Amino acid sequence: MNPKTAQKIAFSLLFIVTLLIIVPVLLIVFIIVKEGASAISWEFLFTAPKDGMRAGGIFPAIVGTLSIVLCAIAVTLPMGVMAAIYLNEYAKDNLLTRIIKLSIVNLAGVPSVVYGLFGLAVFVMFLKMGVSIIAGALTLSIMELPVIITTSRNALNSVPQSFREASLSLGVSKWQTIRHVVLPNALPGIMTGAILSIARISGETAPILFTAAAFYVPHLPRSVFDQVMALPYHLYIISTQIPNMPANITYGTALVLLVLVLAMSLAAISMRIYFRKKKKW
Amino acid sequence: MKIKIINIIAVCLCLLALGCSKESRDRAALAKSKSIQIKGSDTIVNLVQKWAEDFSAKDTSINIGITGGGSGTGFAALINGTCDIAMSSRSIEEAEIKQAGENKIFPVEYKVGLDGLMVIVNPKNPVGELTLAQVRDIFMGTTKNWKELGGPDKKIVMLSRESNSGTHMFFKEHVIRKGDKKNKDEFSPRALLMSSSQAIVNEVVGNPNAVGYVGIGYMSAALKAVAIAKKKGDKFISPDIDSVLSDKYPISRPLFLYASSKNNKLVNDFIEYSLSDEGQKTVRKLDFVPLRKL
Amino acid sequence: MLSRNFTDSLIEKLIFACGFAAIILVSLIFFFLLREGLGFFAQYNIKEFISGHFWYPTSKPAGFGILPLIMGSLFVTLGAAVIAVPVGVMAAFYISEVAPVAVRDILKSGIELLAAIPSVVIGFIGMVTLVPLVRVIFDIPTGLSAFSGALMLAFMAMPTIVSISEDAIRSVPGTYKEGALALGATKWQTMYRIILPAAAPGILAAVMLGIGRVIGETMAVMMITGNAAAIPDTIFDPVRTMTATIAAEMGETVKGSMHYKGLFAIGLVLFVITFIINFIADSFLNRVKK
Repeated sequence: MNPKTAQKIAFSLLFIVTLLIIVPVLLIVFIIVKEGASAISWEFLFTAPKDGMRAGGIFPAIVGTLSIVLCAIAVTLPMGVMAAIYLNEYAKDNLLTRIIKLSIVNLAGVPSVVYGLFGLAVFVMFLKMGVSIIAGALTLSIMELPVIITTSRNALNSVPQSFREASLSLGVSKWQTIRHVVLPNALPGIMTGAILSIARISGETAPILFTAAAFYVPHLPRSVFDQVMALPYHLYIISTQIPNMPANITYGTALVLLVLVLAMSLAAISMRIYFRKKKKW
Repeated sequence: MKIKIINIIAVCLCLLALGCSKESRDRAALAKSKSIQIKGSDTIVNLVQKWAEDFSAKDTSINIGITGGGSGTGFAALINGTCDIAMSSRSIEEAEIKQAGENKIFPVEYKVGLDGLMVIVNPKNPVGELTLAQVRDIFMGTTKNWKELGGPDKKIVMLSRESNSGTHMFFKEHVIRKGDKKNKDEFSPRALLMSSSQAIVNEVVGNPNAVGYVGIGYMSAALKAVAIAKKKGDKFISPDIDSVLSDKYPISRPLFLYASSKNNKLVNDFIEYSLSDEGQKTVRKLDFVPLRKL
Repeated sequence: MLSRNFTDSLIEKLIFACGFAAIILVSLIFFFLLREGLGFFAQYNIKEFISGHFWYPTSKPAGFGILPLIMGSLFVTLGAAVIAVPVGVMAAFYISEVAPVAVRDILKSGIELLAAIPSVVIGFIGMVTLVPLVRVIFDIPTGLSAFSGALMLAFMAMPTIVSISEDAIRSVPGTYKEGALALGATKWQTMYRIILPAAAPGILAAVMLGIGRVIGETMAVMMITGNAAAIPDTIFDPVRTMTATIAAEMGETVKGSMHYKGLFAIGLVLFVITFIINFIADSFLNRVKK
């Protein structure tokens, strides 16, 4: 067979295979939008569920998810960034540091349900926080810490060493260099990582299953020690547990969750593209 | 500017720590004294949720949090001290009472309704009558094909519940183990452990090969409930409110609420509500069997 | 106003403290798992745990054999890998070498979109659309099976496999390609004879990371694999994965009971497996960076 023909066939095959991935994704989004759009209304987004979740809205679940996620990122972002700064800029390159760096990268791959188990044992039971926003938020923050540390480290690493050297050679102290030269340049990467983390933990169910989520709470949370409803858990419950559930409410909930997560991911990706264009090196 | 940000972050962390300190936890606990935590059975979670909705409609400062997970989950929470009421579709076991006692918790049992357990199949399935022994053989995996029961030549798909489900425990004790405490028979390991009764219903509605067991509250036109005979030769009885109330239907069970203590006024009020005429009317409305004719 | 040196060293101390706190927290999870898990093995033979055929945690006497659960996770993961690896690698090649630039951006965005979809949404869609379809198309007793799980999970692994393979492909030195093309090879021949072998370590790392993601998946498998804790005969049988077992039974255990410790023991097994997979993947990636 002529190599050129072989190439044409091969490339067509590759194209079809790639479509095999893209088409189902679009299909999933299309189905959710088509079936769920009819449920979306002001009432749906801003009122509580009625009639055993079969009517009304999902407002408590939206609020619950937002509160857990915001608490989680408030804890993990500062800690993670500072840990990344320590590991990249201050720690000496010895065996201990290499082990630590390796462990953190690998911890990012541990299943979320294992973190849920840990959160249950430590925050809910041992520290007696009970099933609450704070227990769920702390569980999620520990889960995301390795990821935030890793993405922050990558962002810090991408700042050219020459920047640091130039600053230090001008007599600027180490911390001032980090604060005024390295961090501002690494900030876009760090922020992108943070927003992607927010998107990811908004959709997580397993870690909040027994640390924060409730089947039904009749009102909005009044303190961080309250149980809350959460969007992903709510979707799981209404799709597997409620009899005679109107299909469009279930799809509508999936739609709200999807839009929330996709909007955040899109924001992060656009940020990344924008800052890549603005890069000074 | 960066120092300001870091200062703010440090202050936030301190506030967080403060929030976790004992005083504010006590204050939160006091604020929560108008709140009840209910955990347990998925069978009656919808019923309890309706009760909660109607009960707290009279006083909007009341906060009732409900979580399902199965009767076993409710008892575990009761023992762990993480709930005020455990709802269940089976009675508490000796071992569980003992474990609660070790944590200084002495559960108080309240029977709040009755429920029939129906064996459901897809409407396309011609099999409509079974003896208890046949049901047992199906769920132990001894009978593997519908043709052995007069149905089509298809493998039987057994739908069961998770082991923490009161429904699962009740079915195991009264159908698989025939009520004999010494019997050690189990469900077939090939039975699918569905996460809730509704999940069983969903699969049965969509799959002509499936068979499962759920409370009679889940009856709908999309399902077919099998009529059960206690033993060969007996009349086949269909599950409904009357056959359960009159004790003719062989698989029926009481529904319980277990309070973690006798002394919580709000909990006692709630239980009183569930036992009242209004509460029992709700039982009937959700297709369970009330304790008395209303 | 404090001297600059003073505030500098104060902030540096804060950074050190946070750095250590973060590291301690993440190692805490390992120690906690170890403590509860080893507590389990003190009372239950580890060999029986790994090779026992029956998981009956609430019976008396309780059975804690996780072989059916391990097989369940294995069937779903391998099934997903068989689907995701060829498709993912081929797509990575297409995106980085063949697609026109405009199309490339659209495709990359599409795949990042897939990565963002929460697992519970994928589980839900799989449950309502794929499961009934699988039952009818393959004429099997129920669509709730390892196969349905493998299919949906292959989708979830795809973004990881595609993007990391793509990085590996792009990091193959341009000189390799140019040399081959200069010698008269077609682009396709260059791809499979030169670039593929050169990018192999990176692609392998991508595959392992994708597999690691799939093993750890919980919600989607809970909703579509059937949850039958029996060793499967074929990929069309219902299975129960280790992750689903933990998630489903987490709530019902009494603190300190054997069942509670048993779930931690499963968590420990999962932790070790994913840690090893990630470690191996990492070493391949580091080789690529060199």
